Amino acid sequence: MKFLVCISNVPDTTTKITFTPDNKEFNKAGVQFVINPWDEYALTRAIELKEAQGSGTVTVLNVGEADTEPNIRKALAIGADDAIRVNAAPTDAYFVAQQIAAIAKEGAYDVILMGKESIDYNGFQVHGMVGELLGIPTVAPAMKLDMSGNTATLEREIEGGKEIVEVNTPFVASCQQPMCEPRIPNMRGIMTARTKPLKVVEPVGEGARTAVAEYALPPKKQGVKLIPAESAGDLIKLLRNEAKVI
Amino acid sequence: MSVLVVVECDGGEVKKSSLEVASYGSQVAQMLGTTATAVAVGEATEANLAQLGEQGISKVLYDAEPRLKDFVNGAYTKLIAAAAEKEGAQVIVLANSNIGAAVGSRLSVRLKASLATNVVELPKNDGGSFTVKRGAFSGKAFADVVLTGDRKILAVKKNSIEALHEAGKTAQVEAFSASLSDADFADAPKQVVMQDQAGGVLLPEADRVVSGGRGMKGPENWHLIEDLAKALGAATACSKPVSDVDWRPHHEHVGQTGITVSPNLYIACGISGAIQHLAGVNSSKVIVVINKDPEAPFFKAADYGIVGDVFEVLPKLTQAVKELN
Repeated sequence: MKFLVCISNVPDTTTKITFTPDNKEFNKAGVQFVINPWDEYALTRAIELKEAQGSGTVTVLNVGEADTEPNIRKALAIGADDAIRVNAAPTDAYFVAQQIAAIAKEGAYDVILMGKESIDYNGFQVHGMVGELLGIPTVAPAMKLDMSGNTATLEREIEGGKEIVEVNTPFVASCQQPMCEPRIPNMRGIMTARTKPLKVVEPVGEGARTAVAEYALPPKKQGVKLIPAESAGDLIKLLRNEAKVI
Repeated sequence: MSVLVVVECDGGEVKKSSLEVASYGSQVAQMLGTTATAVAVGEATEANLAQLGEQGISKVLYDAEPRLKDFVNGAYTKLIAAAAEKEGAQVIVLANSNIGAAVGSRLSVRLKASLATNVVELPKNDGGSFTVKRGAFSGKAFADVVLTGDRKILAVKKNSIEALHEAGKTAQVEAFSASLSDADFADAPKQVVMQDQAGGVLLPEADRVVSGGRGMKGPENWHLIEDLAKALGAATACSKPVSDVDWRPHHEHVGQTGITVSPNLYIACGISGAIQHLAGVNSSKVIVVINKDPEAPFFKAADYGIVGDVFEVLPKLTQAVKELN
Protein backbone atom coordinates (compact mmCIF):
# COMPACT_ATOMS: atom_id res chain seq x y z
CA MET A 1 0.00 0.00 0.00
CA LYS A 2 1.27 3.45 -0.92
CA PHE A 3 0.80 6.19 1.67
CA LEU A 4 1.21 9.88 0.86
CA VAL A 5 1.61 12.08 3.94
CA CYS A 6 1.38 15.84 3.47
CA ILE A 7 3.30 17.96 5.96
CA SER A 8 3.43 21.71 6.59
CA ASN A 9 6.36 23.69 7.91
CA VAL A 10 5.00 25.87 10.74
CA PRO A 11 6.35 28.11 13.52
CA ASP A 12 7.08 26.20 16.74
CA THR A 13 4.01 26.15 19.03
CA THR A 14 5.73 28.40 21.61
CA THR A 15 6.40 31.15 19.05
CA LYS A 16 5.34 34.67 19.89
CA ILE A 17 3.65 35.84 16.71
CA THR A 18 4.85 39.12 15.13
CA PHE A 19 4.62 40.59 11.63
CA THR A 20 6.74 42.67 9.28
CA PRO A 21 6.32 46.46 9.79
CA ASP A 22 3.78 46.69 6.97
CA ASN A 23 1.79 43.80 8.55
CA LYS A 24 1.81 41.99 5.21
CA GLU A 25 3.86 38.97 6.27
CA PHE A 26 4.70 36.82 9.27
CA ASN A 27 8.04 37.82 10.77
CA LYS A 28 10.22 34.71 10.47
CA ALA A 29 13.26 36.25 12.16
CA GLY A 30 14.53 34.08 15.00
CA VAL A 31 11.61 31.64 14.68
CA GLN A 32 12.15 27.91 14.74
CA PHE A 33 10.00 25.96 12.29
CA VAL A 34 8.66 22.49 13.02
CA ILE A 35 6.53 19.84 11.33
CA ASN A 36 2.92 20.90 11.88
CA PRO A 37 1.88 19.01 15.07
CA TRP A 38 -1.35 17.72 13.48
CA ASP A 39 0.67 16.30 10.56
CA GLU A 40 2.80 14.29 12.99
CA TYR A 41 -0.26 12.16 13.77
CA ALA A 42 -0.73 11.48 10.03
CA LEU A 43 2.95 10.64 9.54
CA THR A 44 3.26 8.31 12.51
CA ARG A 45 0.01 6.46 11.76
CA ALA A 46 1.06 5.91 8.13
CA ILE A 47 4.39 4.45 9.30
CA GLU A 48 2.62 2.23 11.87
CA LEU A 49 0.20 0.91 9.24
CA LYS A 50 3.00 0.23 6.77
CA GLU A 51 4.95 -1.64 9.43
CA ALA A 52 1.86 -3.66 10.40
CA GLN A 53 1.31 -4.64 6.77
CA GLY A 54 4.97 -5.56 6.36
CA SER A 55 5.12 -3.88 2.96
CA GLY A 56 4.35 -0.64 1.19
CA THR A 57 5.83 2.85 1.20
CA VAL A 58 5.33 6.14 3.00
CA THR A 59 6.08 9.22 0.89
CA VAL A 60 6.24 12.64 2.52
CA LEU A 61 5.04 15.64 0.52
CA ASN A 62 5.65 19.28 1.33
CA VAL A 63 4.74 22.38 -0.65
CA GLY A 64 7.46 24.81 0.31
CA GLU A 65 10.70 26.51 -0.58
CA ALA A 66 14.14 25.06 0.15
CA ASP A 67 14.11 26.21 3.79
CA THR A 68 11.56 23.46 4.63
CA GLU A 69 14.04 20.66 3.85
CA PRO A 70 15.29 20.20 7.44
CA ASN A 71 11.76 19.26 8.49
CA ILE A 72 11.31 17.01 5.45
CA ARG A 73 14.52 15.22 6.52
CA LYS A 74 13.09 14.97 10.03
CA ALA A 75 10.00 13.23 8.61
CA LEU A 76 12.32 10.82 6.79
CA ALA A 77 14.21 10.25 10.05
CA ILE A 78 10.93 9.40 11.77
CA GLY A 79 10.43 6.60 9.23
CA ALA A 80 9.10 7.83 5.88
CA ASP A 81 10.75 6.17 2.85
CA ASP A 82 11.08 9.08 0.45
CA ALA A 83 9.98 12.67 -0.01
CA ILE A 84 8.75 15.14 -2.58
CA ARG A 85 9.00 18.90 -2.25
CA VAL A 86 6.93 21.11 -4.53
CA ASN A 87 9.17 24.10 -4.98
CA ALA A 88 6.79 26.96 -4.17
CA ALA A 89 5.59 29.04 -1.25
CA PRO A 90 2.24 27.66 -0.05
CA THR A 91 0.17 30.74 -0.92
CA ASP A 92 -3.29 29.40 -0.07
CA ALA A 93 -5.14 26.15 0.57
CA TYR A 94 -6.42 25.79 -3.00
CA PHE A 95 -2.94 26.22 -4.45
CA VAL A 96 -1.54 23.61 -2.04
CA ALA A 97 -4.44 21.21 -2.70
CA GLN A 98 -3.77 21.33 -6.45
CA GLN A 99 -0.13 20.35 -5.89
CA ILE A 100 -1.10 17.45 -3.62
CA ALA A 101 -3.80 16.23 -6.02
CA ALA A 102 -1.38 16.28 -8.96
CA ILE A 103 1.28 14.29 -7.09
CA ALA A 104 -1.30 11.87 -5.67
CA LYS A 105 -2.70 11.20 -9.13
CA GLU A 106 0.67 10.69 -10.75
CA GLY A 107 1.93 8.37 -7.99
CA ALA A 108 -1.38 6.46 -7.65
CA TYR A 109 -1.26 6.64 -3.87
CA ASP A 110 -3.82 4.54 -1.96
CA VAL A 111 -4.06 6.59 1.23
CA ILE A 112 -3.50 10.34 1.48
CA LEU A 113 -3.09 11.60 5.02
CA MET A 114 -2.51 15.04 6.48
CA GLY A 115 -3.13 16.91 9.72
CA LYS A 116 -6.52 18.39 10.47
CA GLU A 117 -5.15 21.87 9.80
CA SER A 118 -1.91 23.79 10.05
CA ILE A 119 -1.35 25.74 13.27
CA ASP A 120 -0.42 28.90 11.33
CA TYR A 121 -3.09 29.32 8.66
CA ASN A 122 -5.71 27.15 10.45
CA GLY A 123 -7.61 26.63 7.22
CA PHE A 124 -8.94 23.08 7.76
CA GLN A 125 -9.53 23.11 4.00
CA VAL A 126 -6.84 21.20 2.11
CA HIS A 127 -8.17 17.67 2.80
CA GLY A 128 -11.59 18.35 1.26
CA MET A 129 -10.16 20.20 -1.71
CA VAL A 130 -7.80 17.30 -2.48
CA GLY A 131 -10.65 14.79 -2.14
CA GLU A 132 -12.84 16.81 -4.49
CA LEU A 133 -10.05 17.38 -7.04
CA LEU A 134 -9.40 13.62 -7.13
CA GLY A 135 -13.07 12.59 -6.85
CA ILE A 136 -12.41 10.36 -3.83
CA PRO A 137 -13.88 10.29 -0.28
CA THR A 138 -12.59 12.54 2.50
CA VAL A 139 -12.84 11.80 6.20
CA ALA A 140 -12.19 14.84 8.40
CA PRO A 141 -11.20 15.07 11.15
CA ALA A 142 -10.21 11.46 11.85
CA MET A 143 -9.31 10.33 15.38
CA LYS A 144 -8.64 6.67 14.54
CA LEU A 145 -7.60 4.84 11.38
CA ASP A 146 -7.35 1.08 10.88
CA MET A 147 -6.85 -0.76 7.59
CA SER A 148 -8.00 -4.21 6.53
CA GLY A 149 -7.02 -4.92 2.94
CA ASN A 150 -8.28 -2.00 0.88
CA THR A 151 -10.90 -1.00 3.41
CA ALA A 152 -10.25 1.61 6.08
CA THR A 153 -12.25 2.04 9.26
CA LEU A 154 -12.06 5.52 10.69
CA GLU A 155 -13.48 7.34 13.66
CA ARG A 156 -14.52 10.82 12.69
CA GLU A 157 -15.06 13.50 15.32
CA ILE A 158 -18.50 15.07 15.43
CA GLU A 159 -19.74 17.60 17.97
CA GLY A 160 -20.51 15.58 21.07
CA GLY A 161 -19.37 12.25 19.77
CA LYS A 162 -17.91 10.27 16.90
CA GLU A 163 -18.95 8.51 13.73
CA ILE A 164 -17.52 5.20 12.59
CA VAL A 165 -16.90 5.44 8.84
CA GLU A 166 -15.71 2.79 6.36
CA VAL A 167 -14.16 3.79 3.05
CA ASN A 168 -12.24 1.97 0.36
CA THR A 169 -8.93 3.16 -1.02
CA PRO A 170 -8.10 5.63 -2.40
CA PHE A 171 -9.26 8.19 0.17
CA VAL A 172 -8.07 11.29 2.01
CA ALA A 173 -8.13 11.67 5.79
CA SER A 174 -7.16 14.63 7.94
CA CYS A 175 -5.82 13.44 11.27
CA GLN A 176 -5.94 14.58 14.87
CA GLN A 177 -5.40 13.13 18.31
CA PRO A 178 -5.75 10.54 19.75
CA MET A 179 -4.85 8.72 16.54
CA CYS A 180 -1.42 7.64 17.76
CA GLU A 181 1.56 8.74 19.81
CA PRO A 182 3.70 10.85 17.45
CA ARG A 183 7.22 9.44 17.08
CA ILE A 184 10.46 11.30 17.49
CA PRO A 185 13.46 10.42 15.33
CA ASN A 186 16.15 8.13 16.79
CA MET A 187 19.86 8.27 15.90
CA ARG A 188 19.61 5.47 13.33
CA GLY A 189 16.70 7.24 11.67
CA ILE A 190 18.61 10.52 11.54
CA MET A 191 21.59 8.79 9.91
CA THR A 192 19.53 6.93 7.29
CA ALA A 193 17.41 10.00 6.50
CA ARG A 194 20.42 11.66 4.91
CA THR A 195 20.50 9.15 2.11
CA LYS A 196 16.76 8.76 1.46
CA PRO A 197 15.50 10.28 -1.82
CA LEU A 198 14.07 13.80 -1.78
CA LYS A 199 12.68 14.84 -5.15
CA VAL A 200 12.03 18.49 -5.95
CA VAL A 201 9.31 19.29 -8.49
CA GLU A 202 7.88 22.53 -9.84
CA PRO A 203 4.27 23.61 -9.08
CA VAL A 204 1.33 23.04 -11.44
CA GLY A 205 -2.22 24.36 -11.76
CA GLU A 206 -3.88 27.69 -11.26
CA GLY A 207 -2.93 30.37 -8.77
CA ALA A 208 -4.44 31.04 -5.38
CA ARG A 209 -8.07 32.07 -4.86
CA THR A 210 -7.42 34.04 -1.68
CA ALA A 211 -4.73 36.51 -0.62
CA VAL A 212 -3.84 37.93 2.78
CA ALA A 213 -4.09 41.74 2.67
CA GLU A 214 -2.94 42.35 6.21
CA TYR A 215 -2.28 40.64 9.53
CA ALA A 216 -3.16 42.04 12.95
CA LEU A 217 -2.62 41.03 16.56
CA PRO A 218 -5.59 40.75 18.95
CA PRO A 219 -6.22 43.83 21.10
CA LYS A 220 -4.24 43.84 24.35
CA LYS A 221 -6.09 42.92 27.52
CA GLN A 222 -6.85 45.75 29.97
CA GLY A 223 -5.24 43.90 32.86
CA VAL A 224 -6.58 41.44 35.39
CA LYS A 225 -8.96 42.45 38.16
CA LEU A 226 -8.01 40.38 41.21
CA ILE A 227 -10.60 39.23 43.74
CA PRO A 228 -9.41 38.03 47.18
CA ALA A 229 -9.76 34.26 47.58
CA GLU A 230 -11.69 34.60 50.83
CA SER A 231 -14.45 36.58 49.09
CA ALA A 232 -14.45 34.45 45.92
CA GLY A 233 -18.24 34.69 45.67
CA ASP A 234 -17.89 38.36 44.72
CA LEU A 235 -16.49 37.20 41.37
CA ILE A 236 -19.88 35.78 40.43
CA LYS A 237 -21.55 39.15 41.14
CA LEU A 238 -18.96 40.89 38.95
CA LEU A 239 -19.52 38.39 36.14
CA ARG A 240 -23.23 39.14 36.26
CA ASN A 241 -23.32 42.88 36.93
CA GLU A 242 -20.10 44.15 35.36
CA ALA A 243 -19.05 41.68 32.64
CA LYS A 244 -22.67 40.59 32.00
CA VAL A 245 -21.73 37.06 30.97
CA ILE A 246 -23.95 35.10 33.40
CA MET B 1 -27.72 36.29 -7.24
CA SER B 2 -28.38 35.55 -3.58
CA VAL B 3 -26.79 34.43 -0.36
CA LEU B 4 -27.16 30.78 0.65
CA VAL B 5 -26.85 29.85 4.32
CA VAL B 6 -26.17 26.26 5.39
CA VAL B 7 -28.11 25.52 8.58
CA GLU B 8 -27.17 22.49 10.68
CA CYS B 9 -29.94 20.85 12.68
CA ASP B 10 -29.81 18.25 15.40
CA GLY B 11 -32.79 16.42 16.89
CA GLY B 12 -35.20 18.76 15.12
CA GLU B 13 -33.55 21.91 16.50
CA VAL B 14 -31.44 24.43 14.61
CA LYS B 15 -27.96 24.56 16.24
CA LYS B 16 -27.04 27.79 18.01
CA SER B 17 -24.03 28.27 15.74
CA SER B 18 -26.38 28.01 12.74
CA LEU B 19 -28.60 30.78 14.15
CA GLU B 20 -25.45 32.92 14.16
CA VAL B 21 -24.60 31.83 10.62
CA ALA B 22 -28.15 32.64 9.46
CA SER B 23 -27.85 36.11 11.03
CA TYR B 24 -24.48 36.59 9.37
CA GLY B 25 -25.83 35.48 5.98
CA SER B 26 -28.87 37.75 6.12
CA GLN B 27 -26.64 40.73 6.95
CA VAL B 28 -24.36 39.90 4.00
CA ALA B 29 -27.47 39.66 1.79
CA GLN B 30 -28.60 43.08 2.97
CA MET B 31 -25.15 44.46 2.20
CA LEU B 32 -25.33 43.03 -1.33
CA GLY B 33 -28.94 44.16 -1.85
CA THR B 34 -30.30 40.63 -2.11
CA THR B 35 -32.07 37.99 0.00
CA ALA B 36 -30.77 35.11 2.09
CA THR B 37 -32.03 31.58 1.55
CA ALA B 38 -31.12 28.71 3.86
CA VAL B 39 -30.58 25.06 3.07
CA ALA B 40 -31.08 22.84 6.12
CA VAL B 41 -29.11 19.67 6.82
CA GLY B 42 -29.68 17.14 9.61
CA GLU B 43 -32.92 16.33 11.36
CA ALA B 44 -35.22 19.38 11.25
CA THR B 45 -38.85 20.25 11.94
CA GLU B 46 -40.78 22.63 9.70
CA ALA B 47 -41.76 24.81 12.68
CA ASN B 48 -38.15 25.28 13.75
CA LEU B 49 -36.98 26.02 10.22
CA ALA B 50 -39.75 28.61 9.76
CA GLN B 51 -38.40 30.41 12.83
CA LEU B 52 -35.22 31.20 10.87
CA GLY B 53 -37.23 34.21 9.69
CA GLU B 54 -36.20 35.76 13.01
CA GLN B 55 -32.60 35.66 11.79
CA GLY B 56 -33.57 37.39 8.53
CA ILE B 57 -33.92 34.28 6.33
CA SER B 58 -36.69 34.52 3.74
CA LYS B 59 -36.80 30.92 2.49
CA VAL B 60 -35.53 27.54 3.74
CA LEU B 61 -34.89 24.60 1.43
CA TYR B 62 -35.27 21.22 3.14
CA ASP B 63 -34.69 17.72 1.79
CA ALA B 64 -36.49 15.29 4.10
CA GLU B 65 -34.43 12.26 2.88
CA PRO B 66 -34.01 10.29 6.18
CA ARG B 67 -30.40 9.27 5.41
CA LEU B 68 -29.41 12.95 5.71
CA LYS B 69 -30.06 12.86 9.46
CA ASP B 70 -26.38 12.11 10.13
CA PHE B 71 -23.53 13.83 8.33
CA VAL B 72 -22.56 12.24 4.99
CA ASN B 73 -19.92 14.28 3.20
CA GLY B 74 -20.76 13.15 -0.35
CA ALA B 75 -24.52 13.66 0.02
CA TYR B 76 -24.29 16.94 1.95
CA THR B 77 -21.89 18.43 -0.61
CA LYS B 78 -24.16 17.47 -3.51
CA LEU B 79 -27.26 18.79 -1.74
CA ILE B 80 -25.71 22.16 -0.89
CA ALA B 81 -24.16 22.53 -4.36
CA ALA B 82 -27.59 21.86 -5.92
CA ALA B 83 -29.19 24.47 -3.63
CA ALA B 84 -26.45 26.97 -4.52
CA GLU B 85 -27.05 26.44 -8.24
CA LYS B 86 -30.85 26.68 -7.84
CA GLU B 87 -30.56 29.99 -5.99
CA GLY B 88 -27.71 31.35 -8.10
CA ALA B 89 -25.82 31.90 -4.83
CA GLN B 90 -22.87 34.26 -5.04
CA VAL B 91 -22.01 33.89 -1.36
CA ILE B 92 -22.42 30.71 0.70
CA VAL B 93 -22.17 30.94 4.47
CA LEU B 94 -21.70 27.98 6.80
CA ALA B 95 -20.54 27.31 10.35
CA ASN B 96 -16.84 26.81 11.05
CA SER B 97 -17.75 23.39 12.44
CA ASN B 98 -16.50 19.93 11.51
CA ILE B 99 -19.41 19.68 9.06
CA GLY B 100 -18.83 23.18 7.70
CA ALA B 101 -15.14 22.57 7.12
CA ALA B 102 -15.63 19.13 5.56
CA VAL B 103 -18.35 20.30 3.16
CA GLY B 104 -17.06 23.83 2.56
CA SER B 105 -13.70 22.63 1.29
CA ARG B 106 -15.26 20.19 -1.20
CA LEU B 107 -17.85 22.76 -2.29
CA SER B 108 -15.19 25.38 -2.98
CA VAL B 109 -13.61 23.13 -5.62
CA ARG B 110 -16.95 22.01 -7.06
CA LEU B 111 -18.31 25.57 -7.34
CA LYS B 112 -14.94 27.18 -8.22
CA ALA B 113 -15.28 29.44 -5.19
CA SER B 114 -12.84 31.20 -2.88
CA LEU B 115 -13.08 29.81 0.65
CA ALA B 116 -12.35 31.51 3.96
CA THR B 117 -12.73 29.58 7.23
CA ASN B 118 -12.54 30.84 10.83
CA VAL B 119 -14.28 34.09 9.79
CA VAL B 120 -14.88 36.43 12.75
CA GLU B 121 -16.50 39.55 11.27
CA LEU B 122 -18.89 40.65 8.53
CA PRO B 123 -17.12 41.12 5.17
CA LYS B 124 -16.06 44.41 3.69
CA ASN B 125 -17.15 44.79 0.10
CA ASP B 126 -15.75 48.09 -1.09
CA GLY B 127 -13.79 49.12 -4.14
CA GLY B 128 -14.68 45.85 -5.83
CA SER B 129 -12.69 43.69 -3.40
CA PHE B 130 -14.37 41.32 -0.96
CA THR B 131 -12.38 41.06 2.28
CA VAL B 132 -13.05 39.05 5.45
CA LYS B 133 -11.29 38.97 8.79
CA ARG B 134 -10.35 35.49 9.99
CA GLY B 135 -8.49 34.00 12.93
CA ALA B 136 -4.95 32.77 12.20
CA PHE B 137 -1.93 31.43 14.08
CA SER B 138 -4.21 29.44 16.39
CA GLY B 139 -5.95 32.53 17.75
CA LYS B 140 -2.70 34.46 18.24
CA ALA B 141 -3.49 36.78 15.29
CA PHE B 142 -6.02 37.80 12.66
CA ALA B 143 -5.73 38.02 8.89
CA ASP B 144 -7.72 40.18 6.47
CA VAL B 145 -8.21 37.91 3.47
CA VAL B 146 -9.26 39.02 -0.01
CA LEU B 147 -11.45 36.47 -1.80
CA THR B 148 -10.70 36.78 -5.50
CA GLY B 149 -13.15 34.21 -6.92
CA ASP B 150 -16.54 35.16 -8.38
CA ARG B 151 -18.16 32.96 -5.76
CA LYS B 152 -17.29 33.10 -2.07
CA ILE B 153 -17.73 30.57 0.72
CA LEU B 154 -17.39 31.79 4.30
CA ALA B 155 -17.19 29.54 7.37
CA VAL B 156 -18.09 31.66 10.39
CA LYS B 157 -16.47 30.99 13.76
CA LYS B 158 -18.87 30.31 16.61
CA ASN B 159 -19.72 33.11 19.03
CA SER B 160 -18.13 35.73 16.78
CA ILE B 161 -21.45 37.27 15.71
CA GLU B 162 -24.58 37.96 17.74
CA ALA B 163 -27.67 36.07 16.51
CA LEU B 164 -30.52 38.36 15.37
CA HIS B 165 -33.99 37.85 16.88
CA GLU B 166 -36.69 39.70 14.98
CA ALA B 167 -39.66 38.24 16.87
CA GLY B 168 -42.59 37.06 14.81
CA LYS B 169 -40.88 36.91 11.42
CA THR B 170 -41.11 33.54 9.69
CA ALA B 171 -39.32 31.96 6.75
CA GLN B 172 -41.09 30.02 4.02
CA VAL B 173 -40.07 26.34 4.18
CA GLU B 174 -39.85 24.70 0.75
CA ALA B 175 -39.38 21.00 -0.01
CA PHE B 176 -36.20 20.50 -1.96
CA SER B 177 -34.68 17.42 -3.54
CA ALA B 178 -31.16 17.11 -4.85
CA SER B 179 -32.00 13.70 -6.39
CA LEU B 180 -29.45 11.91 -4.28
CA SER B 181 -28.49 8.38 -5.27
CA ASP B 182 -27.12 5.49 -3.21
CA ALA B 183 -23.62 6.38 -4.45
CA ASP B 184 -23.88 9.75 -2.71
CA PHE B 185 -24.23 7.89 0.60
CA ALA B 186 -21.17 5.66 0.07
CA ASP B 187 -19.33 7.41 2.92
CA ALA B 188 -22.31 7.34 5.30
CA PRO B 189 -21.37 6.52 8.91
CA LYS B 190 -21.78 2.89 9.95
CA GLN B 191 -22.37 3.95 13.52
CA VAL B 192 -22.74 7.18 15.50
CA VAL B 193 -21.53 7.13 19.11
CA MET B 194 -22.40 10.05 21.36
CA GLN B 195 -20.18 10.78 24.34
CA ASP B 196 -21.37 11.87 27.76
CA GLN B 197 -21.12 15.63 28.12
CA ALA B 198 -20.92 16.89 31.68
CA GLY B 199 -24.08 18.92 32.26
CA GLY B 200 -25.27 18.12 28.74
CA VAL B 201 -23.52 21.14 27.17
CA LEU B 202 -21.41 20.55 24.05
CA LEU B 203 -18.00 22.17 24.34
CA PRO B 204 -17.76 23.59 20.77
CA GLU B 205 -21.25 25.15 21.10
CA ALA B 206 -20.88 26.35 24.71
CA ASP B 207 -21.43 29.96 25.83
CA ARG B 208 -19.57 29.26 29.07
CA VAL B 209 -16.72 26.86 29.77
CA VAL B 210 -15.18 25.71 33.05
CA SER B 211 -11.78 24.17 32.46
CA GLY B 212 -9.30 22.34 34.70
CA GLY B 213 -5.56 21.76 34.55
CA ARG B 214 -2.94 19.81 36.44
CA GLY B 215 -3.63 21.98 39.49
CA MET B 216 -6.76 19.86 40.00
CA LYS B 217 -4.33 17.12 41.12
CA GLY B 218 -6.37 14.15 39.82
CA PRO B 219 -9.57 13.02 38.05
CA GLU B 220 -11.19 12.28 41.43
CA ASN B 221 -11.39 16.04 42.03
CA TRP B 222 -13.21 16.85 38.79
CA HIS B 223 -16.57 16.98 40.55
CA LEU B 224 -15.55 20.49 41.65
CA ILE B 225 -15.26 21.56 37.98
CA GLU B 226 -18.47 19.74 37.08
CA ASP B 227 -20.44 21.26 39.96
CA LEU B 228 -19.55 24.81 38.91
CA ALA B 229 -20.19 23.98 35.23
CA LYS B 230 -23.60 22.53 36.08
CA ALA B 231 -24.56 25.57 38.15
CA LEU B 232 -23.50 27.90 35.31
CA GLY B 233 -24.95 25.82 32.47
CA ALA B 234 -21.39 25.53 31.16
CA ALA B 235 -19.39 22.86 29.33
CA THR B 236 -16.31 21.32 30.93
CA ALA B 237 -12.85 21.33 29.36
CA CYS B 238 -9.25 20.62 30.25
CA SER B 239 -5.65 21.43 29.34
CA LYS B 240 -3.45 19.12 27.21
CA PRO B 241 -1.43 17.55 30.07
CA VAL B 242 -4.70 16.49 31.69
CA SER B 243 -5.98 14.69 28.59
CA ASP B 244 -2.49 13.27 27.91
CA VAL B 245 -2.57 11.43 31.27
CA ASP B 246 -6.20 10.39 30.68
CA TRP B 247 -7.71 12.28 33.59
CA ARG B 248 -10.18 13.61 31.03
CA PRO B 249 -11.15 12.50 27.49
CA HIS B 250 -9.40 13.99 24.45
CA HIS B 251 -12.58 15.68 23.22
CA GLU B 252 -12.34 18.05 26.21
CA HIS B 253 -8.78 19.17 25.42
CA VAL B 254 -8.71 22.88 24.64
CA GLY B 255 -5.64 24.49 23.08
CA GLN B 256 -3.53 24.92 19.99
CA THR B 257 -3.69 21.22 19.07
CA GLY B 258 -7.05 20.58 20.70
CA ILE B 259 -10.38 22.34 20.38
CA THR B 260 -10.34 26.10 19.91
CA VAL B 261 -13.18 27.74 21.81
CA SER B 262 -14.53 31.28 21.89
CA PRO B 263 -17.19 31.33 24.62
CA ASN B 264 -18.47 34.42 26.41
CA LEU B 265 -16.94 33.12 29.65
CA TYR B 266 -13.91 30.85 30.10
CA ILE B 267 -12.98 29.89 33.67
CA ALA B 268 -9.51 28.30 33.96
CA CYS B 269 -8.91 26.38 37.19
CA GLY B 270 -5.39 25.25 38.07
CA ILE B 271 -4.10 25.97 34.54
CA SER B 272 -0.84 27.93 34.39
CA GLY B 273 -1.49 29.21 30.85
CA ALA B 274 1.13 27.83 28.48
CA ILE B 275 1.19 29.71 25.16
CA GLN B 276 -0.31 26.66 23.43
CA HIS B 277 -3.28 26.63 25.81
CA LEU B 278 -3.82 30.39 25.46
CA ALA B 279 -3.94 29.99 21.70
CA GLY B 280 -7.04 27.83 22.08
CA VAL B 281 -8.97 30.18 24.37
CA ASN B 282 -7.80 33.75 23.89
CA SER B 283 -10.75 34.75 21.74
CA SER B 284 -13.08 34.13 24.71
CA LYS B 285 -14.90 37.33 25.64
CA VAL B 286 -14.14 37.12 29.39
CA ILE B 287 -11.40 34.97 30.90
CA VAL B 288 -11.29 34.10 34.61
CA VAL B 289 -8.17 32.49 36.06
CA ILE B 290 -7.99 30.71 39.42
CA ASN B 291 -4.50 29.64 40.42
CA LYS B 292 -2.54 29.55 43.66
CA ASP B 293 0.61 30.72 41.87
CA PRO B 294 0.40 34.52 41.48
CA GLU B 295 3.14 34.29 38.81
CA ALA B 296 1.08 31.98 36.54
CA PRO B 297 1.31 33.50 33.04
CA PHE B 298 -2.42 33.01 32.50
CA PHE B 299 -3.15 36.00 34.78
CA LYS B 300 -1.71 38.27 32.06
CA ALA B 301 -4.42 37.13 29.65
CA ALA B 302 -7.21 37.18 32.24
CA ASP B 303 -9.97 39.72 32.86
CA TYR B 304 -10.65 38.49 36.39
CA GLY B 305 -8.42 36.44 38.64
CA ILE B 306 -8.32 34.80 42.04
CA VAL B 307 -4.97 33.89 43.56
CA GLY B 308 -5.97 30.94 45.69
CA ASP B 309 -6.41 27.22 46.14
CA VAL B 310 -8.90 25.80 43.60
CA PHE B 311 -10.13 23.31 46.21
CA GLU B 312 -11.28 26.16 48.44
CA VAL B 313 -12.31 28.65 45.75
CA LEU B 314 -14.41 26.41 43.46
CA PRO B 315 -17.02 25.39 46.10
CA LYS B 316 -17.42 29.06 47.02
CA LEU B 317 -18.06 30.00 43.38
CA THR B 318 -20.57 27.17 42.93
CA GLN B 319 -22.38 28.25 46.09
CA ALA B 320 -22.44 31.89 44.92
CA VAL B 321 -23.94 30.89 41.54
CA LYS B 322 -26.63 28.83 43.27
CA GLU B 323 -27.50 31.77 45.53
CA LEU B 324 -27.73 34.04 42.49
CA ASN B 325 -30.16 31.68 40.78
